[in-house]
Amino acid sequence: MLDVLDPQMLARIQFAFTISFHILFPAFTIGLASWLAVLEWRWLKTGDPVFAEVYRMWVKIFAVTFGMGVVSGVVMSFQFGTNWSVFSDRTGNILGPLLGYEVLTAFFLEASFLGVMLFGWNRVSPKMHFAATVIVAAGTLISAFWILSANSWMQTPRGFEIGADGLFYPTDWIALIFSPSFPYRFVHMVVAAYLTTAFVVAGVGAYYLFRGLHRPQARVMLGMGMIMAVFMAPAQLIFGDLHGLNTFEHQPAKVAAMEGLWETQRGAPLKLFGWPDQEAETTRWSVEVPKLSSLILTHDLDGQVRGLKAWPADQRPPVALVFWTFRIMVGLGLLMILTGLAALVLHWRRRLFETRAFQVWCMAMAPAGFICVLAGWFVTEVGRQPWIVQDLMRTAEALSPVGPGPVAISLTAFVVTYVFIFGAGAYYTLRLIAQGPAAEPHTYGDHGIAQPPLVAKLASPTGGDHV
Amino acid sequence: MFDLSAVVDLPLIWYLLILTAVLLYVILDGFDLGIGILFPFAPGNSCRDRMMNSIAPFWDGNETWLVLGGGGLLAAFPLAYAILMPALYIPVILMLLGLIFRGVAFEFRFKAHRSRIVWDYAFHLGSLTAAYMQGVIIGTAVQGITVSGRSFAGGPFDWCNAYSLMTGLGLVLGYGLLGATWLVMKTGDDTQAWARRSSAYLLIGVGVALLMVSVSMPLMSEEIRRLWFARPNIYYLALLPSIAAALLVAIWIDLNRGREYRPFLLSIGVFLACYLGLGVSLWPWLIPFAVTFREAAAAGPSQSLLLVGTVFLLPMILGYTAFCYYLFRGKVSHEAGYH
Ligand code: HDD
Ligand code: HEM
Ligand code: HEM
Repeated sequence: MLDVLDPQMLARIQFAFTISFHILFPAFTIGLASWLAVLEWRWLKTGDPVFAEVYRMWVKIFAVTFGMGVVSGVVMSFQFGTNWSVFSDRTGNILGPLLGYEVLTAFFLEASFLGVMLFGWNRVSPKMHFAATVIVAAGTLISAFWILSANSWMQTPRGFEIGADGLFYPTDWIALIFSPSFPYRFVHMVVAAYLTTAFVVAGVGAYYLFRGLHRPQARVMLGMGMIMAVFMAPAQLIFGDLHGLNTFEHQPAKVAAMEGLWETQRGAPLKLFGWPDQEAETTRWSVEVPKLSSLILTHDLDGQVRGLKAWPADQRPPVALVFWTFRIMVGLGLLMILTGLAALVLHWRRRLFETRAFQVWCMAMAPAGFICVLAGWFVTEVGRQPWIVQDLMRTAEALSPVGPGPVAISLTAFVVTYVFIFGAGAYYTLRLIAQGPAAEPHTYGDHGIAQPPLVAKLASPTGGDHV
Repeated sequence: MFDLSAVVDLPLIWYLLILTAVLLYVILDGFDLGIGILFPFAPGNSCRDRMMNSIAPFWDGNETWLVLGGGGLLAAFPLAYAILMPALYIPVILMLLGLIFRGVAFEFRFKAHRSRIVWDYAFHLGSLTAAYMQGVIIGTAVQGITVSGRSFAGGPFDWCNAYSLMTGLGLVLGYGLLGATWLVMKTGDDTQAWARRSSAYLLIGVGVALLMVSVSMPLMSEEIRRLWFARPNIYYLALLPSIAAALLVAIWIDLNRGREYRPFLLSIGVFLACYLGLGVSLWPWLIPFAVTFREAAAAGPSQSLLLVGTVFLLPMILGYTAFCYYLFRGKVSHEAGYH
């Protein structure tokens, strides 16, 4: 109990809770924004109204998700100061400019053109509207660039020196922004976002097909989702593997935790499952494939892999959490690849849109991306512990001079608020999905109509005075 | 290492830039929050729809100025960020919670049927809390912050005193005025008539609040008293309160004459005058009476890197922000808006 009221533990739980919520929304909106841009482009190109209908349905879901992403993100930008003020003070010279650039290059762009995207239907030309969609999509990617650069620097710090006052000072911006883990993390995260979106969209398409609803639009959703699964899911395995190799080079303790490996050994086995026991310094009941871990990590059957005992006990991350979240991520990643393969086979047999079992499977896989993203971030962040800046600054040193009382209260308030708000958000999103796409009487971009098409559409079923 | 310290006065430029970002935030999100504050008092539901539609395309961009204020502070003055946030822990968290409720209300309200009233109040109470806490934050900062070494050394409830609770109220009234005059500009018919009446009440409230703040500020702080009442300062400085008072009277007259645009612009003027007065009183403190903006400044290379980008990006941002306001110009009706 005392442990839970420890101010550091409270602050960590608060940070983990709020960032975990936040990341769910970008993970979805990064992918969705790019996909909406593709849809609108195909619509402008082909004139096929199905694309416009799918676009209009998903842009509403995008708006809801984006709104939640924004409000949870604003919380994050103050949390560094409220809860990790010593960290802010010491690394401000480094991380400040990166986060500053995120605001200047991404947040303003997204926020301003989102307005055009959502409300500009009858005020700008279709081309200009398409441009707004593309700009918002680009904004989400730029945003990911900067924040992942900041995070990667915390994992693999470069391009800095520590002054006599204990503060971090930049010495080489390029090395600092493109720290060794950054390219891998950026590619892996963006692909993760695309996969997350693809599986949600495909799941919704499969649901409509299963219920015999909105067939033309549902085929677009399931089809496009599966194209992503076919190409991106295997690619993600490769990127993930490369990411892991990079981590093995720079953060070997994290990899040892991911592998549940305690003893340093040559020809280390790959533990498929097991129960890491931090006290006893062993992984119980493990199911192993001999030498595979060495092969993956060192490309040599007898390569040496350092075990956790190579580090003093106070420099090891919590092993079980890292071990298990890593398996969840990789396991679901493999299921995604399998889904893509199944889709290919069904496509060759011309049964992709007819197989009911596959539709049920796709519905079940719809949340997989979110789970993967959370699991992956838990691996990354918990695996870095006890460091907040790898090998240089401990999380315990980073804490604000704020007592446990206020943090306990704020944590409770965040939990209550988030559960309520994001529960409602999920409910409204599901309802938008249940409403489905509707064929529009107005052609898109039709100037001079009294109401934007979306308003007309939403207003009619309820008959209220407003949408 | 790339560093402009030798060429320009980086800390001063960043001090002015951050103050500008905060000012833009206060004005732009001020009228959004003001509309939220006035929300339940509006005469009807279609009126409320209209109020919300008048700011729906803008609120996100407006709020981003706050993120720039926070992020910019971390980048340019990390020490100030690291001291202020823990010092203002409770008001900042409450403000963030308020902003969450008001932000999601935009999306949820138009999707809800039976539960719309929930989001009406989420919008109102969220805006009210955020505005009030911002006022409290200003009031707390003005009184000075307890610092030892490089961190905050006061208690968790230092912010909770009569003066900052009063500035909170003052800011709520001020935002209300911005919101009401915005509505006079952007709406017609019933909504406009109601907004005009509300503006008049708020005008009185703002006048009283300003008077109280102006009187109590020099009473409270030795430093501010010395600054304001020393000759010849008093001759220049007396100008600012006089301008604010004149603007309040001008708004009153404009409202009675049925002007639509000027009351909003003049309300911005009132905010400018107050902000300038505050700025002059607190110069050169970034954390009042403990840390100056020079002491808190980030390393030269850090301030330089961000400045180079800002020189190009800030005009672009202002450009496309202006484009968005231009695109959604004119009066809003209660239906033509939400997607
Ligand atoms: C759809 C989401 C998704 C999927 C299918 C995968 N990952 Fe992943 N993974 C992420 C989403 C993610 C993530 C959330 O995006 C992380 C967290 C931090 C990061 O950069 O990416 C991540 C981190 C992450 C790390 C931690 C790197 C570090 O922080 O040091 C490794 C080693 C892998 N992944 C490896 C894999 C492998 C071998 C996969 C095989 C299929 C895989 N990932 C699938
Ligand atoms: C502690 C870390 C983080 C902070 C401080 C932060 C901050 C923010 C803020 C302030 C916003 C709102 C911007 C606005 O007003 O429009 C936002 C939104 C966003 N963030 Fe984060 N963020 C963090 C983590 C991440 C991560 C890890 C990613 C992705 C890899 C990400 C990607 C985005 C994107 C794409 C948006 C746009 C809104 C949305 O899609 O929901 N953020 N973030
Ligand atoms: C977006 C996805 C992210 C998730 C899900 C995530 C998750 C977590 C978790 C679970 C912790 C707690 C670790 C522990 O208690 O052992 C943590 C800590 C932390 N992470 Fe992340 N993180 C994310 C991204 C980021 C980013 C982008 C940054 C910075 C730019 C960041 C900075 C931090 C900091 C400052 C802490 C606090 C110290 C700590 O408790 O370890 N995180 N994060």
